[in-house]
Amino acid sequence: MKAHYGYKDGSGDYFIIIDTDKCNGCGKCVEACPYQVLELIPNEFDIEGGTMAAVKEEHRKKIKYSCAPCKPVAGERRLPCVLSCEPEAITHSW
Amino acid sequence: MEQAEVKTQEYWRWPEYRMTVSGKDWHNASVMTAGVDIGSVGSKAAVLVDGELYAYAVMRTGGVSEDTAVKVTTWALEGTDLEIGKLHYVVGTGYGRVNVPFAKKSITEIACHARGANYIYGPTVRTVLDIGGQDCKAIRCDEKGKVLSFLMNDKCAAGTGRGLEVFADLISVPIQELGKVSLSVDQEPPPVSNICVIFAKAESLSLLRQGWSKEKVAAAYHAAMADRIIDLLTRVGIEKDFVITGGVAKNIGVVQRLERILKIKPLEPKMDPILAGALGAGLFAKALYEKEQGLR
Amino acid sequence: MTAGVDVGAKFAKVVILKDGQVIARAKALVGFDLLKSASDVFEIALKDAGLSRNDIQRVVATGMGGNAILQKPPINADEAVSVIVAGAAGAYQVVPSVRTVIDVGAEEGRGIKVEGGKVKDFVINERCAAGAGTFIEAMARALEVKVEDMGQMSLKSVNAIPMNAQCCVFAESEVVSLIHSKVSKEDVSRAIHDAIAGRISSMVLRIGVEKDVVLIGGCALNAGFLPPLEKELHTSIIVPEFPEFVSALGAAVIAANPTR
Repeated sequence: MKAHYGYKDGSGDYFIIIDTDKCNGCGKCVEACPYQVLELIPNEFDIEGGTMAAVKEEHRKKIKYSCAPCKPVAGERRLPCVLSCEPEAITHSW
Repeated sequence: MEQAEVKTQEYWRWPEYRMTVSGKDWHNASVMTAGVDIGSVGSKAAVLVDGELYAYAVMRTGGVSEDTAVKVTTWALEGTDLEIGKLHYVVGTGYGRVNVPFAKKSITEIACHARGANYIYGPTVRTVLDIGGQDCKAIRCDEKGKVLSFLMNDKCAAGTGRGLEVFADLISVPIQELGKVSLSVDQEPPPVSNICVIFAKAESLSLLRQGWSKEKVAAAYHAAMADRIIDLLTRVGIEKDFVITGGVAKNIGVVQRLERILKIKPLEPKMDPILAGALGAGLFAKALYEKEQGLR
Repeated sequence: MTAGVDVGAKFAKVVILKDGQVIARAKALVGFDLLKSASDVFEIALKDAGLSRNDIQRVVATGMGGNAILQKPPINADEAVSVIVAGAAGAYQVVPSVRTVIDVGAEEGRGIKVEGGKVKDFVINERCAAGAGTFIEAMARALEVKVEDMGQMSLKSVNAIPMNAQCCVFAESEVVSLIHSKVSKEDVSRAIHDAIAGRISSMVLRIGVEKDVVLIGGCALNAGFLPPLEKELHTSIIVPEFPEFVSALGAAVIAANPTR
């Protein structure tokens, strides 16, 4: 299941997409994020349950601002969350 | 001195209602459950008897969610002589889901909406678009109503019922008629250039001053809203059958424009689509109750 | 003698420069007719300085409505430059050690990285009212407080409260509900300033914060805006005199140095 966390407003589209079919609940992305944007939560969508990574509730509506420091205008762009995920379950739409 | 009577019409206020489905009775039923969907703008309660819709109520969410939860469920049960205490299992959902004091569990509105849409529209539903008071959700699901992909935008008022409320106030048209008004144009004008409600409002004022009719301005705003919604839908992908739920599903101005652009006709609901969340919650309640009973 | 005209989303600002010294400033609300609004303000500035249009060698326009006055009488601006370039030039003029400019106007927030007075990088927070001055105005209305009083009010706050809403429209409802929950107007005002400062700071971090940091634009006049901004960016920020005129000043400086 693909969970899109974020929003679109007048200035653009900002979504972090977590593919729960790929996510193994390892939590490496949660630790890698310098701004504590991510967390592990129970998977309410599958009867099997388990845990999945998700964007914290408080950051979902301001994800553009939460992730801004990792996306400099000039210079190299390194997203710690994406780099830390082995199954490549997490992507950014911007 | 005479007191002048000031009549202020609240154009944004939509009507509240309840209903008991005719031909149903709970007295011989095995499982009575309820789903309570506390949205940020509207609250809905659906009472199910053996997994079928029996009674429901829709009202505006008040300042205290717990009170609204009790009020809306009590109102749904009005005239049925069934009480909250006699329900076997209640699931809370929506923005205020943790505030349903008599609910045994709370489940995310995304999962409930997909399940509810599956009930309302049937197992062919694959894409659910829910446009509520303060958010817009796009959900892809399978034939059982299980979520395959979802997206929720509750950050930006554009593309939500709230944006329409602001607009209804701006052009002094009751919100229930706004959609119809937006379709009363010979030719579709270009959409307002800035969908941000604040900027769109300013732009609309300027258009009205330039002589645009209310209908034309409404059309321009609805066109922009449809564009915004489609952008979000496209992100999760659109697969038939496609349905629209939530309060804004009643706005034919939005619905017809979506149809026109997507070239897909959404399924017609058999019952009020605003109940999707509460219905799904009520169905989960039944499944959870039966699971509980099975274990005993 | 040169002039800079900054036609913003809310105000039109004019600065008249003579040999590097500001001899007149004028500002007024912008109406539906940008050309007329800008021309009226221009007239006021000229009158203030005791000059006529012919005394001005060169006029440079900037701001959202800069193009509306390009080669159009009576101002007949010779050139229009982006407000990014004008903001950088103006900030450099008043604070030669500037490396980072934060410019928050009515409808846009901008971050500009400056090197040797020239624009190196920039970031714009546009098309969303929550990222600019409009946010504070809308919240002032919801609080039933004058915009001019918002800043001082926020400085009297005793509690920091986070705001959940990130949209102007939703924030209005949140403000009303906070007041109903008996939160003081001072605390709500501070929450409002914290919220917008947080948004602007995040954007500025994308270009990197290097001292000296200068805050310009209409929002710089708001006393409540500076403290949370300094806190978020972990640095002191310089607010020049007449901060809302800095972009117009920059345009006037550019007009005085056409070969730059």
